[in-house]
Formats: sequence, C-alpha cells, structure tokens
Amino acid sequence: MKPEGFSRRSAASRGFLSCHTCGLLSRQSPRAESTICRRCASRLHPRKPGGTGRSWALMIAAYILFIPANALPIMATGSLFGSQKDTILSGVMYLWTEGSWPLAALVFFASIIVPLGKLLILTYLLVAVELRSIRHRRLRARLYRLLEFIGRWSMLDIYVVTLLSALVQLKSLASITPMPGALAFGAVVVLTMLAAMAFDPRLIWDEPRPEPLAAPIPHTDVHV
Amino acid sequence: MTEAGFPPPPAEIPPHPLHITLTQRLIACHECDLLQRVIALAPGGEAICPRCGAELYRDNPHGPQRTLALLLASAVAFVLANAFPIVSIDTQGLQRSASLFSAVQTLWDEEMPVVAGLVFVTTLLAPAFEIFTLVFILSAVILGWRLPGLAHMLRLAVATRPWSMVEVLMLGVLVSVVKLSHLAHITPGLALWSYGALIVLFAAAMASLDAHDLWERLSPS
Repeated sequence: MKPEGFSRRSAASRGFLSCHTCGLLSRQSPRAESTICRRCASRLHPRKPGGTGRSWALMIAAYILFIPANALPIMATGSLFGSQKDTILSGVMYLWTEGSWPLAALVFFASIIVPLGKLLILTYLLVAVELRSIRHRRLRARLYRLLEFIGRWSMLDIYVVTLLSALVQLKSLASITPMPGALAFGAVVVLTMLAAMAFDPRLIWDEPRPEPLAAPIPHTDVHV
Repeated sequence: MTEAGFPPPPAEIPPHPLHITLTQRLIACHECDLLQRVIALAPGGEAICPRCGAELYRDNPHGPQRTLALLLASAVAFVLANAFPIVSIDTQGLQRSASLFSAVQTLWDEEMPVVAGLVFVTTLLAPAFEIFTLVFILSAVILGWRLPGLAHMLRLAVATRPWSMVEVLMLGVLVSVVKLSHLAHITPGLALWSYGALIVLFAAAMASLDAHDLWERLSPS
C-alpha cells in the first residue's frame, strides 16, 4: 500500500511497521518484501494481509451458515414418551414456558443476539471502511473492541448441549443427543471470530486524502 | 485522564522499563496506528491512545514473580478441574457424572467429531497450552535462562488467547445445571469449584502480566 493511503499521523505513513505481537516499531525496509520483527520474529505488515477481502469472505460464510444453525435442531431429547428435537429457538421457548425466563433470556442473548450482533457490527465496520467514511470513527473503534470481547460468549449453547448429552444418558428413560445444528452453530462462532480477527481496525483511521497539516508526534493520554 | 497536548519532550528521559524502539521511545497504537511517544506512568496508571481510546500499556509495579505464582495456582486448579467430575446427576436411582473429558468423549461417540474437537480445543487444549507455556516462559525469565525458543513460545501463547474459553464453559455448566434441576437431583463436583478458582486466578495472572516488560527481557540484544 502506498504511503499516501495512510493517515499522515499514522506510523505506516512515516515508514514504521508495528509488530502485531510485541509492539516493536521497525523501519520499513524498501528492499525486503517481507520484514521480520527483530524481537519476536513475527512477520511485519503495514496492515493485516488480505485487506478487507478475507473478512468479507469469512463473514459471508458465517451469514450463510447462520441459517442452518438456527433451522436445524441442535439436540434431540428422548424420553419414554418419544423423541423431541430442539432448535436454538425452540430451546429458548421451552425455557420460557418452563418458567426459567432469565435463563431463556440468557440463552437467547448468547445464541441469537450475540452472533447476529457480531455479524451486523462487522458488516457496518467493513462497509464504512469500503466507503472510506470518516464520520463516527471513535464509535467504530469502540464497536470493534466490543466485537473482540463478545465473540466467545456465543459458544454457550455448544457447551450446554455438550454437558447435557454427557449427563443425560439413561437409555430409553431419558437421553439427550447432539444434532447437526450444533455443528453449523459452532461453525458460525468460529467463522465470526476469524472474520473479526481478519479485520484490521487501523483501516478505520486510514484516509483517502492527506490531512491538512502533519501534526507533531503527540504523547499518549494518561489514565490513572 | 489528562488530554494529550503537544508539550516539548522532557529534557532528560527518566529510566523506564519500556524500550519500545530505536531512536525515540515511540509506539504505534495497535488499533489506529497513531504514532506517539511513550511516557512514564504513575504506579498503576494506564496509557490510552488519544485518537481511538485503545489501551496501550500500563504500569505494573509487581514483577513476573507474582504472575508466575498466580499461573502456578491456575495450573493446579486446571489439573483438578479435569481430574474430577463437574456435576453428577441422580435420577430414579440411576447416577451419572461427567468430567469435561468424558463430555468430549460423548460428543465423539455421538458422531459429532468436529464439535467434539471444538470443545476440546477451547476448553482443554488452548487453556492448558496457554497456562503451561506461560509458566515455562516466566520461570525461564525469572531464573535467567536465555533459551532461544522463548520468544516463539510467547508468540504462540499470545496466539492461543482468543481460543481459550473456560469462562463461557462455566456459564454453560450453570445453564445446564439449572435446566436439569427440574428433571433430577444435581450434585456439583469438585471440578466445578476448581473451574471457578481457575477463572479467577487466571484473570488475576493476566492482569498482572506485563507483556511489554516480558518482550523486553526476551529480546535478543
């Protein structure tokens, strides 16, 4: 990427490469195609390789798999009265009608709201980067941090299905078995995590036009 | 929080464990790439990027010894959590208990190998690797061993961070227990308390870990 593609105040525009692993700044060498960090031997890139393309691809795959994740049942409950299959939603409804509505809300939040929310936030971030929007950048920076944080919590239902299957194995009396919906759902969680990891938040701050004046290098803020 | 102005740089740079780069002590924000100077912090203070608000580095008054102690305690909690069953269910006189490993086994037996693998990695492999690798690295650093592979090991340990999801597992156990409590009598196993301890101890260890300082010590120069 040419130096004009970066904001004037960014490290990349001044020829510095920041190591994503250990934070060391190194001078970008014009000769070497790929430089390695002196301290930790990680590959150095001005921005995450693959650009936004990788994030788009992973995100779209997650959207596609979101459909079977919710349409297919994630577990089957067998009892003396027969077998019953549950999708994520029907599981939530069951909890609700059983009276455990805080649990129903929790599972609904972790299994529907969180994955969908991640996908929508990531879509917004990617579209804003493609449109080179310079509005609400701090909000987008905060949304990205939220994305990183909540990713793992959608694994909740997978662990619930795992434990229930392991515990309720009393043959014809009562049994719980995992079903293919769990695989699709697991795939959605992994894909959204990978998509978020492939997105470089620094792209939010890269500008198409140069800033008016190159500012002197500021100090970091201090928060005590 | 004091706003970053553009004051002249201090005439004498005070000694500081952070040596980020070559000529000046500079750092680039990992979230917005803003190039900025590193400054000295008050004890326990935290430095934030003035442009995007990301946390950049913090002052850590404790040495790696404290982190190592917490990690060793986490390791013990981890071993206990896997050696014992998490919960036991008792219904109609039939009893069954499950440890995490047996739960993964069940998934495998139920023809769900990918999900079994996912649960195995996120609750057994990644946490174990992270804890034991960090214990090894910190021990080496404290004992002063200059082993060549340490930086690579730290890289790997950092890379497994997002894939270790023991806290979510705990919540999953909670939800499962409540779900089953209608059906049968549930007894929490020793592993449940161990998992709780593991989460608290590991969080404390990560909070006290000074990554920048560690990278400095592993630096080849």
